[in-house]
Amino acid sequence: MCGIVGLFCKTETHRHELGQLTAVMLREMRDRGPDSAGFASYDVGLPDRTRITVLAEGITVDWGPVAAALEGVLGAEVTVRAVHDHAVFSTDGDGRAARQWIIDNVVGATVLSYGSQIELYKAVGDPDLVAERYDLASRTGTHALAHTRMATESAVTTNGSHPFATGADTCLVHNGSLSNHNRLRRFLEGHGESFQTENDSEVAAGYLAWRIRSGDTISQALEGAIDDLDGFYTFAIGVADGFAILRDPIACKPAVVAETDDWVAMSSEYRAIARLPGAADAEVWEPEPARIYTWSLAA
Amino acid sequence: MSGPARVFDLSEVGRRDLNQALHDASDGDSFEVTNPRGAHAVACGITAEIDVLVRGSVGYYCAGMHKRGRVLVEGNASTGLAENIMSGLVHITGNATMSAGATGCGGLVVVGGNAGARCGISMKGVDIVVGGNVGHMSAFMAQAGNLVVCGDAAADLGDSIYEAQIFVRGDVESLGADCIEKEMRPTHVETLSRLLVAAAAVPAVNGADPADFRRYGSARRLYNFTIDDVDALEAAQEAA
Repeated sequence: MCGIVGLFCKTETHRHELGQLTAVMLREMRDRGPDSAGFASYDVGLPDRTRITVLAEGITVDWGPVAAALEGVLGAEVTVRAVHDHAVFSTDGDGRAARQWIIDNVVGATVLSYGSQIELYKAVGDPDLVAERYDLASRTGTHALAHTRMATESAVTTNGSHPFATGADTCLVHNGSLSNHNRLRRFLEGHGESFQTENDSEVAAGYLAWRIRSGDTISQALEGAIDDLDGFYTFAIGVADGFAILRDPIACKPAVVAETDDWVAMSSEYRAIARLPGAADAEVWEPEPARIYTWSLAA
Repeated sequence: MSGPARVFDLSEVGRRDLNQALHDASDGDSFEVTNPRGAHAVACGITAEIDVLVRGSVGYYCAGMHKRGRVLVEGNASTGLAENIMSGLVHITGNATMSAGATGCGGLVVVGGNAGARCGISMKGVDIVVGGNVGHMSAFMAQAGNLVVCGDAAADLGDSIYEAQIFVRGDVESLGADCIEKEMRPTHVETLSRLLVAAAAVPAVNGADPADFRRYGSARRLYNFTIDDVDALEAAQEAA
């Protein structure tokens, strides 16, 4: 069992308190996954400026020299700030190349995300403490995803925690389990994706990243996912300019969506939505199986 | 003891305290529950002829194992509304998510809005009236009772159904294995009319004409299986 939440601010009204509202939602899902947690948030960012969020769990990394070496590789300035055991690099250089270089060269580091808008944090432990340590409540922006994990098929590790993001500004949280992820992982590795865990949900993130990198819209990528992913899933997905939800054709894993003029929220349970401003007047429904729901900032 | 409704504000009182008070109640008592905020297992296991009004949306398994009395929720409900209801009435004004009325043995469940996937799964005698639509695989393996849908039904309605009856006013996306449309005889019109009257508090139900509904039920070729029906089994598997 896991708990997932997603919040997409359609208007400016709540963007200043995106993190605070997401933290409230995450707290309500604590019972569904008390062993680890994570969150990703999207802010306005700077065009052509890429941020890369990196985790170095249980080891101490001197990030300055890493940034300096990365500058040489990218041929562009790189800055870095540490946030506990995470580091956030920022550069005008190629984010995908930076991700791969860090994976290949910084022993013990895991690249959690890259993109012009996304930052992603995750850790083992009580979801409330994870939110507090990485200061989820202070984050502003357009949309956020968060996850509380109750590990059932693999160990309680940070690498098993969600969200997962392997492509630029493309991120997902997953409740469920995939049954064809090993074969799909090999296929994607043959098509240029690289993975850092044995986790099934990372493969789903990599699948979407591959499709979007190949020119698909998020809707097209998710249409492909319905055919190509086998297993149980409720996904909440973030991309640079939008938010999406997809459930498998059987739809065993719970999901509830609420929408107002200002926001769209989805969660495993309604109680995570109940505390949002205006929730009492929101339209609330259960997303249908194998139906793609998307919301775009452009709309 | 009857009289004015006792109010339980779930932002101040624990849900277990509420349910204990409902279990300790006497026939004729009435209760009001405020600020449920999606709490699970609200008003479960009621055994007295009491009235419970819940102002706001509830979480999983609201009014589960309901035995007597009436629960009215002014809002939405999540997974497992009135699961295993035995008798009495559970009515929500809004939408329900998965498995509303699941395994219910008796009584009446009324959903004013839409119900999600697997509404009435494995129902065993409960009556369910939905003002709007129902999700996929509703009345899956339904054994007895009636499911009335005033809107549309999503895919695989009545899959592997036993002897429950389904009445749908709108469109049926597809029927599940061994579920077929059946003739609406006077006895079915009578049953449907009774249920439409019982749920007339729902605007979409009030005044509904039984003649606008179609009836669906079991072809009785799967659960009453003999080797002579192997063709029907294979056809059902083919269609699935």
